[in-house]
Amino acid sequence: MLSALIVDDSETTRSFIRSLIEDVAEIDVLEASSGFEAFRVLPGHSIDIIFVDINMPDINGIELINFLKTNDLYKKIPIIIISTERSREDMSKGMALGAFAYLTKPVNPDELREVIKKALNL
Amino acid sequence: MKPSKKDFIAEAEEIIEEVGSSVLELQEEFSPETLNSIFRSVHTMKGLSGLFGIKEITDLSHALESLLDDLRLGKIEITGEIIDFILSNIDILKNLIDQVAEDKAIDDVSNDVREIEKFRGLAGSKDKESSLAATGISESILKVLSEYEEHRLKANLGDGNGIFLLKTVFELTDFAPQLEELIKRLKGTGELIATLPTSQGVPDGSIGFNLLLGASYPLEDIKGKTLLSDVEQLVSPKLSQAAAPESKTSKAKEASLKSAATTVRVNIDKLDGILNTINELMLLRSALVRISQELTESYGYAPLAVDLYKISQSIDVKLRHLQHSVLDLRMVPFSHIFKKLAQVVRRYTREAGKEINLNIFGEDTEIDKQIAEEIIDPLVHLVRNSIDHGIESKNERVALGKNPQGDLTLKAFSRGNSVVIEIQDDGAGIDPDKVLQKAIEKKMISKEQVLDRNEIINLIFAPGLSTKDGVSEISGRGVGMDIVKEKITSLGGFVGIETEKGAGSKFILTLPITLAIVKALITEVSKRRFAVPLTSIEETFIFTRDSVQTIEGREVIELRNEMLPLLRASEAFDLEEDIRDEYYGVVVGVGQKRIGLVMDELIEQTEIVIKPLGEHLKNIPCISGAAETGKYEIVFVMDIDAMMDEAFSKRKNNGSRGTKDV
Repeated sequence: MLSALIVDDSETTRSFIRSLIEDVAEIDVLEASSGFEAFRVLPGHSIDIIFVDINMPDINGIELINFLKTNDLYKKIPIIIISTERSREDMSKGMALGAFAYLTKPVNPDELREVIKKALNL
Repeated sequence: MKPSKKDFIAEAEEIIEEVGSSVLELQEEFSPETLNSIFRSVHTMKGLSGLFGIKEITDLSHALESLLDDLRLGKIEITGEIIDFILSNIDILKNLIDQVAEDKAIDDVSNDVREIEKFRGLAGSKDKESSLAATGISESILKVLSEYEEHRLKANLGDGNGIFLLKTVFELTDFAPQLEELIKRLKGTGELIATLPTSQGVPDGSIGFNLLLGASYPLEDIKGKTLLSDVEQLVSPKLSQAAAPESKTSKAKEASLKSAATTVRVNIDKLDGILNTINELMLLRSALVRISQELTESYGYAPLAVDLYKISQSIDVKLRHLQHSVLDLRMVPFSHIFKKLAQVVRRYTREAGKEINLNIFGEDTEIDKQIAEEIIDPLVHLVRNSIDHGIESKNERVALGKNPQGDLTLKAFSRGNSVVIEIQDDGAGIDPDKVLQKAIEKKMISKEQVLDRNEIINLIFAPGLSTKDGVSEISGRGVGMDIVKEKITSLGGFVGIETEKGAGSKFILTLPITLAIVKALITEVSKRRFAVPLTSIEETFIFTRDSVQTIEGREVIELRNEMLPLLRASEAFDLEEDIRDEYYGVVVGVGQKRIGLVMDELIEQTEIVIKPLGEHLKNIPCISGAAETGKYEIVFVMDIDAMMDEAFSKRKNNGSRGTKDV
């Protein structure tokens, strides 16, 4: 079964994205409320897609993306940035580091489904 | 699972409280961390209200968040004006939350949102920050910094701070606590600008973190302070900055991090549940005592009976200890209340165009959480009252030869089983002549009535006196002094006032430390026992049957040259009177409204836990609950407020039975 990881400090956003992902396909969804928590979750699981927020405590989304994209274990996992319009500059930095796509909050469900399908070749 | 409205309110209130005190902190001393935490909190509020579909709160938080974002990114300069503006919007948010809590219609916020947008447009934008390209910080670092982190980096450079890269490696399994420990250690050294995770050049099973630090110390000091050897200096600090003092705010932050880790939030109902269980255990303990006594009576001092007694004593000690520990959990320091009041003072002082110096004493004094919540509104009213009616305008003060800056002092301290709160101003004071005139105008008293100075001043607490006219925008929000008094009385406390025309006023609130446990006087009437909360009692006295007089169909007694109306408890509870020669009088109430409750016996003073009466009994007049007295005996607790009403409504009906007219 495919599995996804959502890294966002807002429980609201996590549960919203979770419901959309589960809508698209049979995907096991893992959640992390910060970059640090993501580091704890990552080693024990095989993850197929990661959703990352930009503004988080501990480390920001760009730093997390940079870490993932420079680590042989994780660099192939597609990353979707989900953040607010105000973080557009930050999102473009994330894209430059190799993220697969970015979506602005509030997330358009159709757009998100579309992106997931593309990222996972569904 | 859909979270309930209660969850929303609990969380929203917590956020708003946090934001409020952070904004005040910011007012005292600017710190980027504080500003960023306010931004994050408002962001969370937006998400929270979005989840519950409360559009007004979402819209306002969104606008506010944008303004805060501009501020934290240095796009708008921080000024006192902006902080006040944010504070006023936090108040609006708080109101909206209250409206949700009370199921009221929610105010339209489109104007407020427009105001914020306008403010963002008007606010002076800061000079463009210089580019980071020429600083010598490598692109590999710059490319992962968020806009906010970039801004903080520039700000540090602008302050002449050095920029350091601290390289650390931790085991992947437990990096978080170690990293947190290190970050804590950094607080006094400088500002942690960014935390950059890396797996480059790090062994398997480990994770590296490169910490970007802005600090005014030279490289060697940084190594010494952080206990790290692998520190790279990216930009050297400007020398004049070398001895910058440790920042105060970072210390506070450290403390708050710690408290977050060692604090749990508990619903007060759960604590009450524990108290109830303790109470029931105390009843069982009483049963043990009784059994041991019965054993002693039947078999003499048998060793087993003595053992049983000893054990029950130990249980008693432990239970009381437990009870006090649980009660202690309900306690909160006054600092919370004072912070809110300081917020109110700042805001209204400005609105009233006055200058006020606020002094606060006794922030560490503790009070029951429930009481703390209940007294906020009355305190806000009193504080507004001082600002609005007490302290004169600057010009008036100068003309009167007073310091142009008014003094407002808030003080909390404990006294015995009570907490005393004083609100004192050095303003105009209360003019008894004006009060009297107004009371006569309002037909609250007749012209012929003779009142002493104290009685006149206490009229300000009578319903109907503090009316709208002459009450300005500030304190004219519908809460009168009578409501203040009613609230305090309902909590088992009382309000006093000391005032002098021209010199200022002092309001003194005396409140029980806790609502859960009450010191009470156990009394006996017609062979039944009743508890009277000690906070309601002014004094007790013995009197003889024939010293009672009847004036206008009403029983009174002369106590120290004053006539005290009497209310026979037996009459109030419809019990057959136990005729005797001597009775006890228990004086309850304050000021003008005092009565003597007539009791047969005073038994003892004890601590009681008041429990509400069940559905069937809750409408019995003059009884506020029941309590057990530790002797396996239930007593009713008198509702003194209701008794007073009873006494004063009786005035007309006249009910003298079995008394001797003089």
